[in-house]
Amino acid sequence: MPEKLLTRYIHEPDQADITTYIRRGGYEAARRALRELTPEQIIEMVDQAGLRGRGGAGFPTGRKWRFVPKHAPVKYVVVNADEGEPGTFKDRTLMERDPHQLLEGIILASYAIGAHKAFIYLRGEFYGARRQLQRAIAQATERGFLGRNIFGSDFSLDVVLHTGAGAYIAGEETALLESLEGKRAMPRLKPPYFPAVMGLYSQPTALNNVETLCHVTQIVRHGPEWYKEQGPPVLFSVSGHVARPGLYELPLGIPLRELIFSHAGGIRGGRRFKACFPGGSSSMLLVEEHLDVPMDYESLARVGSMLGSGAVIVMDETTCMVKVIARAVEFYRDESCGKCTPCREGTVWLSQIFDRILQGRGRREDLDLLESIARNMTGTCFCPLGESVPPSLRASLLYFHDEYEAHIRTGRCNVLQPV
Amino acid sequence: MDRERRLSEKAREEIRRLQGLYPQARSALLPALFVAQGEEGYLSEEALEEVAELFDLPLSEVASVASFYTLFHRRPVGRHVIHFCTNLSCMLNGAEEILAHLCRRLGIQPGETTRDGLFTVKKAECLAACDIAPMMLVDEEVYGNLTPQKVDEILGKYREEGSG
Repeated sequence: MPEKLLTRYIHEPDQADITTYIRRGGYEAARRALRELTPEQIIEMVDQAGLRGRGGAGFPTGRKWRFVPKHAPVKYVVVNADEGEPGTFKDRTLMERDPHQLLEGIILASYAIGAHKAFIYLRGEFYGARRQLQRAIAQATERGFLGRNIFGSDFSLDVVLHTGAGAYIAGEETALLESLEGKRAMPRLKPPYFPAVMGLYSQPTALNNVETLCHVTQIVRHGPEWYKEQGPPVLFSVSGHVARPGLYELPLGIPLRELIFSHAGGIRGGRRFKACFPGGSSSMLLVEEHLDVPMDYESLARVGSMLGSGAVIVMDETTCMVKVIARAVEFYRDESCGKCTPCREGTVWLSQIFDRILQGRGRREDLDLLESIARNMTGTCFCPLGESVPPSLRASLLYFHDEYEAHIRTGRCNVLQPV
Repeated sequence: MDRERRLSEKAREEIRRLQGLYPQARSALLPALFVAQGEEGYLSEEALEEVAELFDLPLSEVASVASFYTLFHRRPVGRHVIHFCTNLSCMLNGAEEILAHLCRRLGIQPGETTRDGLFTVKKAECLAACDIAPMMLVDEEVYGNLTPQKVDEILGKYREEGSG
């Protein structure tokens, strides 16, 4: 049975305190790294562990760090703590329950790329996480784990906790940097604005998600071999119509069925499974025929979806899928930054169509129209926000066509018991 | 004679301190807007002007930034702001009915403030607590696994504090 690494102590109330964290082996990895390992050795360990970014895009972390020019005079580490992907609650939990695990990962990442200043871009609504991180930073600074000459080495690092102000798009990496520079969170053009080479203030920047950096702590603490033998582990946020919603740390590649039915207790009230988003509402909807898909990057890509942020939103047989997709579209409409036309206009138009279908005023040609707008938004949006809309919309039109038909034909939902 | 200032000297000092945390002072704009909002409970035109001065930015630029983010209030809000999650996981767990119950109890629609000025209710997107859906945030506190009865209890608690 693989051991839990990232969430091992999250139910221990005193884990957020630095004394307890140290007693349980905390900061040993950072201390050893700064005294005995070269930055290159840390990047190699992360490579060997096969770590991929857990913010949603799944880009190999070590490779990302190697893009940062070695000899650039000023470099930054920025932590994406702007968790907002619907269904995802892993980063908030990690920060509230084990903030030092993140700080240790920040020290390791900063040392690996040679940054002396790191920013945590924390979602504005995360008041509990803010309190814990403020305290954790103060404690770590007091002990000399942050600041000048960390652990008596010649490496120095300042960590600034920065608070966002409510905008889902700020979770997109280049939009996050705009926001951190005090502007509207609108994405930047890539190229040239790849954060690793032209990031914060146009300087090379390693931008990593909270969970990713917690993995880094565990990889350096235990070594990449042992880490990999534990799965490697991934955090799944499971919610919706399951008996035991919650945060699950499980090996990458666990079948979707096992995750939902063994770990999350199956569908509540003895009902049948109908559909789920496997990696947040931006990942393509999956249905019963996909239940045996292994929850890993490649397998989910093969069925047209993605592991994303690991947020599994489960829906039972009583769910009106038209309503679910309508709500998802409304979310992207409201959170669209307005920079590009397909996303700004497409989401508004889709929403109008969904509104009339749900109000019983749908037209026969609306289904073709939905399909056509989805097609025209695919590959044409400036950033992943708009691109997140078409896959699930099209999947719903494919798998739940009869539900759309019923709404249009009868003006009502034909699902047993609509939500 | 200077017009009356909206930002206290303490708030100005705090904003200057925040500007010093970053290689470029402009990065402190969002944190500064939170400080300004703390003064009056919302961001008045005058407060935005004063923030703009402190950053040597045009008012239009600061107003544009402030209007982009949902946590900045451009109009006065109630003493307690309720962010009620209506996104997928909460919706699947009955958020609509609970929100309707909450609004009935307060006699307002989402986006409005009660006449006594105690509560403002806002619909919110996923607040990353889907394991305890349906959930809401009252000011800085998270309340989950909501039922109509639980909502009543929570409202009662804040009302008591308000009258106490």
